[in-house]
Amino acid sequence: MISTKRRVFLKGTLAAGTVGVAVGAGLLAPSKLLAAWPSEAFGAEGLEAAMEAVTGSSDIADGDVTLSAPEIAENGAVVPVSIESGLDNVTEMAVFVELNNQPLTAHYVLADGAHANVSGRIRMGESSNVVAAVKSGDTWYKTVQEVKVTVGGCGG
Amino acid sequence: MSIRVRAQESNGVINIRALISHDMLVPDDDGGPHFIETVEVARNGSNVLTANWNYTVSRNPFLQTEIDGSSGDTVSISWTDNKGESDSTEVEVR
Repeated sequence: MISTKRRVFLKGTLAAGTVGVAVGAGLLAPSKLLAAWPSEAFGAEGLEAAMEAVTGSSDIADGDVTLSAPEIAENGAVVPVSIESGLDNVTEMAVFVELNNQPLTAHYVLADGAHANVSGRIRMGESSNVVAAVKSGDTWYKTVQEVKVTVGGCGG
Repeated sequence: MSIRVRAQESNGVINIRALISHDMLVPDDDGGPHFIETVEVARNGSNVLTANWNYTVSRNPFLQTEIDGSSGDTVSISWTDNKGESDSTEVEVR
C-alpha cells in the first residue's frame, strides 16, 4: 500500500516536472509573484531555476533565516517545516526542496502585521536539501538544511 | 470540507493554527493534480498573509503563523484550489 503510493507520487512528480519545464520556459518576472499564483515558479524544474523564478537569482546569500525541519523524516509525505527570520521588513518567504521535481513547495507574501514566522507540512520524494529563503527589503537571504527521508516515506 | 482554526493572542501577537481538510492530489493520483493553490489569512477583513502552495504541500494542510493583533479581532482563512473550489472560515481571536 505504502510503496504503491510511493510509486504513484514519484511518477506524478516526474510527469509534472516535464510539463513544468515547458511552462517555465517563458519569461519570469519576480514581481508577478505578488499577484496571482506563480505558475512559472511552481513549474520550474531544478533548484536553480525555481530560485531564480522566485528571487531573481539562484545565488543568494546566507542570512538570518531559521529553518526548522527534522534531520531525519520517517515519512516523506509529511515533513514538518518552519521558517522564521529576525530580519526587518520581510515581505516574502519561500521553501524549496532541491530534489523534488518541482522544488518550489510554498511561497508566502507578507502584508502589514504579518510576522516572518510560518510553519507547515510538506512532501519530499527523497532525501534532499531544503532551502528556506526570505526577502527583507529588496534582498533575499537563505538557509539550507538537509533532511534525510527514510524508507516508508512518500518517494524513494 | 472543513477548516479548523485556532487563533490566540498573547502580548499583541496572534498565533494562528489552521488545519484544512483537502486531499492535495499529486498529478498521478486519480483526479490529480488537485491541490490548494492559495490560502489567504486576513485580520478584521484585511489581508495579512497569502500562502501560495504547490501539490507538494502535504495532504490535509496545516498552516501556523503569527500576526499582530488583539483578542476580539476576527481572523479569517480562505483557500482556493486549482479546480476553482474554495472554502473559508472565520474565528474570533481569544
